[in-house]
Amino acid sequence: MTPVASPAMPVELPGRKLVDRPIVKAHFIAAFVFFFASLFSGLFYALQLSRIYPFPGVELLSPGRLRMIHTNAIAYGFLMNAFIAMMYWIVPRITGEPVLNRKLSWFVFWAWQAIVGVAALGILKGHAQGIEWGETPTYVDPVVLVGGAFLAANIATPILKVRHKPLYVTLWYFAAMLVWLPLTYAMGNFVPQYFVPGAGGAAITGLFIHDLVGLTVTPLGWGMVYYLVPVILKKPIWSHTLSLAGFWGLAFFYPLNGVHHFFWSPIPMYAQYGAVMSTIAVEIVVFTVIVNFFMTLRGRGDALRTELPIRWFYSGMVMYFLTCLQCAFQTTLTVQKVIHFSDWVVGHAHLVMFGVFGSWILGALVYVWPKVIGKPWWSERLNVWNWWLATMGIMVMFIDLMAAGLVQGYLWQNLAPWEQSLIASMPFWHVRTVAGIAIISGQLLQAFNMWMTARAPAVEPTSLAGAEPALT
Amino acid sequence: MEKLKFILFFAGLCCFAIAGILSAVLPLSHLSHIPYQKLDQLVTEPSYDFLDLGRRYPEQMKKYYGEATAASFREALKIGRDSYIAEACWHCHSQFVRPVSNEDVRFGKVSWAAEYMNEMFLPHLFGTRRVGPDLIREAGRHSNDWHAAHFFDPPLVVPSSVMPRYTWFFDGEKPNKRGLAMIAYVQWLGSWATPEALARKEQSSAAR
Repeated sequence: MTPVASPAMPVELPGRKLVDRPIVKAHFIAAFVFFFASLFSGLFYALQLSRIYPFPGVELLSPGRLRMIHTNAIAYGFLMNAFIAMMYWIVPRITGEPVLNRKLSWFVFWAWQAIVGVAALGILKGHAQGIEWGETPTYVDPVVLVGGAFLAANIATPILKVRHKPLYVTLWYFAAMLVWLPLTYAMGNFVPQYFVPGAGGAAITGLFIHDLVGLTVTPLGWGMVYYLVPVILKKPIWSHTLSLAGFWGLAFFYPLNGVHHFFWSPIPMYAQYGAVMSTIAVEIVVFTVIVNFFMTLRGRGDALRTELPIRWFYSGMVMYFLTCLQCAFQTTLTVQKVIHFSDWVVGHAHLVMFGVFGSWILGALVYVWPKVIGKPWWSERLNVWNWWLATMGIMVMFIDLMAAGLVQGYLWQNLAPWEQSLIASMPFWHVRTVAGIAIISGQLLQAFNMWMTARAPAVEPTSLAGAEPALT
Repeated sequence: MEKLKFILFFAGLCCFAIAGILSAVLPLSHLSHIPYQKLDQLVTEPSYDFLDLGRRYPEQMKKYYGEATAASFREALKIGRDSYIAEACWHCHSQFVRPVSNEDVRFGKVSWAAEYMNEMFLPHLFGTRRVGPDLIREAGRHSNDWHAAHFFDPPLVVPSSVMPRYTWFFDGEKPNKRGLAMIAYVQWLGSWATPEALARKEQSSAAR
């Protein structure tokens, strides 16, 4: 494909020399290792709620500790590793420049795995920090910042070299994220831990939770999808202007939402009202992005059937739309009375983290893995199976937990004895466990497929079906 | 608008700062008149429950904390708080009562900002999920024996409980250092907001 001048089409340069394929592969493998750590911790925690926990009374496998592994391994192990892999794949291709230093890439790779690994072991040993999404032990936090700085230097270098050319929106997201990530991490892990107690600290942790999702994971996700969708569909994104409106909307409104994690708490009410309004304003951002992508798909709807990555991306987008629509309602103080503290929020979080960003990463994996390995997928059918198991699993889990949340919220409001809310939740928790097992089975198939693809005998380049030009 | 420097400066730094000012610095300044208390200002005598633990488990208390004094009570509170974090108790129990959803009927007085302005809520442990009930008004709600049995095996006292066992809080059947600390900590949560404590406070302020 020849580079296109339009700012709405990412320039795709031949990546053979630019992209360090082994590092992309390594980060994807690490992502899957932590993915399974997270999935199985989640499963064990679900088994505790179903009252069939296999290791009762074992300190190092306490369900409470595993729950923290579940969230931390998914955020820092799975999502970050996979997104870093995709940045190494995408950034050199759009900019035409390699990353700062390949040795540095490997240093960052091992440092990052050490960070997530030590954090997980520390949590199991009982060194967790009392901050949601920041349970990484306090001694790990400074190292994360150093690692993040090296990563930023490595990836920002090619972006900074692009001059006198309009920047494609993917680079906007990635560049801004490299600034946001260290700021967010430092704020959330240090300020409420050492400086600000109580309600003020809660406002800052709320900001941290939300910035971590909104200013790190979301820009990485959208940046990646803005690149991959036009490249796979071989057509420009519908509107460059709209994509920039989405970017600025995200930058401005997302971080203002933080306090919505602690509604009706002793945080001053004006901050809570502000969070309600800015959360509803995020809908503007969501609509720009959704309209842009679905207009891009117009006329190429068949790709949903024929191109599995596109199917992952768009099913993820539908879930993104659902999550954000749900958000606009659940953020109101009226709805909060019932659903806060309940499984409703847990369902919402799973839909975002797995339904949206998990789907996009799996779509990217389906697209990139054969190119990194240099061989076609061992089995296309297993990939499709994972799509069905994951999508159906997460939808069942989401609807089930949403219903459970309503039941719990109303029982609490109606002053039923607390135990009643546990008894009533039990069937919902069993369904959630089964949905989780479906999701895990899909990922096991995916990992098995990755493994078999990697160890299949090398193929002649000519027989590579659907190979991209960059490979030849 | 489309220059990288502008994006990095305005989106990267300014938007982040605006949000920080509006949703953190502003509320913080609003709360800044409330004095911050260190633990030794906050806790000046051992609680009734801590003394009671000393009577029930004299050898254990002697072994791990010596005499039940204000200093050893403060030590127990700290260890209890740290274990509460290490075991992620706060992922299933919140620590604030909302003014809605009949929570003041179920748990007690609605939470106010000043009660969290001390060392014990650094970091705050508000929590975002309730599998079990809120704990900020837990003081005196159950006996020490109830808590000991409950930490050892929750379904013993609450048949439908889904809380895990915390057998590592015990030497055999008696609470160890962490066990005593956990019971002392949970029994301390909200001890300043029981109806009796609030009535005493009102009396003393009326007397002044």
